Amino acid sequence: MQMLGHCIFTQWKEVELTKFVLTDTVYSDQIPVQYLWRRTFMRSKRLWLVLSIVLIAVMVLAACATPAATPTATSTGPFIYGMLLVGPYNDNGWSTATYEGGLYVQSKIANTQFIYAENVNTASNPSTTAAQFAEQLLQRGAKAIIFNSDDMKDGVLEFATAHPDIPVIWLSGDYAWKEGQRYQPQLTDESDIMGRMEYGKMMAGCAAALTTKTGKIGFLGPLINDETRRLADSAYLGAKYCWENIAKQTTPLTFSVTWIGMWFNIPGVTLDPSQVADDFYTNGFDVVISGIDSTEAVVEANKFRGQGKDVYAVQYDYKDACNVAPDACLGVPYFNWGVALKPMIQSIIDGKYTRQFIWQGPDWTNINNPDTSMVGFQKSAGLSADASTKLDGFISELAGGLNLFTGPINYQDGTTFLAAGAVATDQQIWYMPQLLEGMLGDSVAK
Amino acid sequence: MVSNRTEKAGGFGNILRTLLTNRFSSITIAVLLALIITWLVVLVMDAPPLRVFSIMVNGSVGSLDAATQTLQAWVPLVLATCGLMFTFTAGLWNIGMEGQIEMGAICAYGVIHYMTGTPTPGYVAITLASLAGMAGGAIWAYMVGLLKNYGGVNEIFGGLGFNFIADAFLLYLVYGPWKPEGVAQGSTKMIDAQYWLPQLPGSYLSLWSLGLAIVGILVVTFVLKGTYFGLKLKAVGKNPKASFMMGIPTSRYMLLSFVLCGLFGGLAGSFQVTGFLHVLRNSISGGYGYLALMVGMLANYQPLIGVPISLIFTALNKGATGLVIDLQLDTNFSGVIQGLLVLCVLLMDGVRRRLTKTFRGVQHG
Repeated sequence: MQMLGHCIFTQWKEVELTKFVLTDTVYSDQIPVQYLWRRTFMRSKRLWLVLSIVLIAVMVLAACATPAATPTATSTGPFIYGMLLVGPYNDNGWSTATYEGGLYVQSKIANTQFIYAENVNTASNPSTTAAQFAEQLLQRGAKAIIFNSDDMKDGVLEFATAHPDIPVIWLSGDYAWKEGQRYQPQLTDESDIMGRMEYGKMMAGCAAALTTKTGKIGFLGPLINDETRRLADSAYLGAKYCWENIAKQTTPLTFSVTWIGMWFNIPGVTLDPSQVADDFYTNGFDVVISGIDSTEAVVEANKFRGQGKDVYAVQYDYKDACNVAPDACLGVPYFNWGVALKPMIQSIIDGKYTRQFIWQGPDWTNINNPDTSMVGFQKSAGLSADASTKLDGFISELAGGLNLFTGPINYQDGTTFLAAGAVATDQQIWYMPQLLEGMLGDSVAK
Repeated sequence: MVSNRTEKAGGFGNILRTLLTNRFSSITIAVLLALIITWLVVLVMDAPPLRVFSIMVNGSVGSLDAATQTLQAWVPLVLATCGLMFTFTAGLWNIGMEGQIEMGAICAYGVIHYMTGTPTPGYVAITLASLAGMAGGAIWAYMVGLLKNYGGVNEIFGGLGFNFIADAFLLYLVYGPWKPEGVAQGSTKMIDAQYWLPQLPGSYLSLWSLGLAIVGILVVTFVLKGTYFGLKLKAVGKNPKASFMMGIPTSRYMLLSFVLCGLFGGLAGSFQVTGFLHVLRNSISGGYGYLALMVGMLANYQPLIGVPISLIFTALNKGATGLVIDLQLDTNFSGVIQGLLVLCVLLMDGVRRRLTKTFRGVQHG
């Protein structure tokens, strides 16, 4: 039997079809397992040679590799803090704004060093999670990690759980909010920072309402969640207020929201934001307010203006986002992340860090002060002088205490959001469940 | 005439010919060629090549954390590679591996989704999820095989088509029925920790998935190299018509190779959910299906050779994440190196075959 097995496998090595068929026909009885095993795994000396070489090469390379800097308690080097950017650092939107916030801290606090990883998202890096990127920042000496996106909520939870002693700062998050719905009491070193962009979006809506000639405003929405509904609703409230009370228009305002499915374009996964913006502009919407992290709305507006159409966009996130096409842009509500990041990083350095939930509004004395105002609005060349003046008036009203989240306001499905005279609580605004009555578009994903 | 010229070429010509016609030296030359081109690409990108390589090695095996991350990412790739060995052996190009991984992930998540809140123990749910994932991948692959066998649709086109369908189905689920309440964000809610494959403390590596991957490698190698089934499958791959004439049910063997391939792909997908990401989301397959095709080609369809190659490919991927942080290079840079490796090896293999043929022709002539 042993000879039989040996015979089969000797022929097998240089198998040719005819030999195989002969072998198969003649010897069809059971082959002892030990021969199968030996033939399969033990006789390939070259294979084991290759494996050994690879193993040795990897070990040698590992030994030669420069060890990553590891943080030590007695280190006298700069205080390193790392940031994970969901998009590229130069997206002219959300990631750029947060990146600049990181640089701002470095410029304001001596002996600090800012490191970052960009494109931390499933489309660009499908096999590496945000938590794993954070580990890499940690290996490079970071003593605090900033996650810059709502998209990283699982990564924040995973990383903060694994490293309870490392301060984790989640931009736009709410795990540290005791009164919040997603409060995570066990993450003792995790803090959240967000700007009260509701005001910025109200200004954006107002600028759009003061500019539109067709009375039709489009909102280029990202994915659908509490935050995006909150911001879309804020833009609508600002637009409605200015349309009715400043522009004194009596015809109803059309305000339509289209969600693309993500904060930025992922070909094949999201709707194409350029196409969505195009659809708005070709269907009579002459102003599109961008709610996404990139600049498609204003780029498309510029394209249509080149064809003679009088259309505009309002950008989002980053103060210089309109620079790609200033004439096609009315302005941009933006974040000064450094305003909130600086004291938090300083507190970590000083050893006085405590967990916080920060939801910080504009500095109403000067909303564009980079050192004090968390949220600002940068006007652009597309905004007419008249609209600019009126917008300033609106901003003054907001600074004076005008609260557009005051009833009566209904949700999109007609149910009551705020009764007459009622003012929304922070929880009601943060966890916005629907679009508002009068808005077109989906409140929840279908 | 030719013979005279060869003789005149002297020692150098002979050495060159030997180097180019020997399999191992040919592969070495291919790897060196890929490294040289990579070096040039790095220089064009205005980055220091040595530092690039140092960062990549460091990021993949330079620390315990890096090594465990590499091993964790290696699991789905090697499983996909193992699966593809069946279809490669049968002479089939299973481009649909991406879709099979996705269907595995969908089925695994589905099981956990519907078991959450029931008293089912975690380990039972994980086992069922893995089996469901394997079944999902196998069924998806089986359909590609059916289309090929009975519809005359080439498996490349069928596989691509099913990849798109799996993608669309996945997106429908994460933006639709399985979206977190009131939210559409491209991923589901994270599964409860009791449904996670146990991970090594302080790491992202699950020894269970790693162990099963190693078992998978041994099983595939044994089946393909140590059984009559493997032998017959090889015959089908080499000459389906002759095999059929000699009594091998070719269609059944092809279909079976798809099913076996899908089982592995589906298992890889289920591990993406239970052992790594803990959610179902877009891009859940991580591109491992396409990467496994490259590994399979580079390994010349030998399962055990695929093991170190898939490990190197994973190390390249993991190491490249450090490039983003240290040099602000794109992580896709690892894809450039992988592509170059495959192209160079295939190129040198072509050169080797051509020269060998010419040389034999000269000798015989």
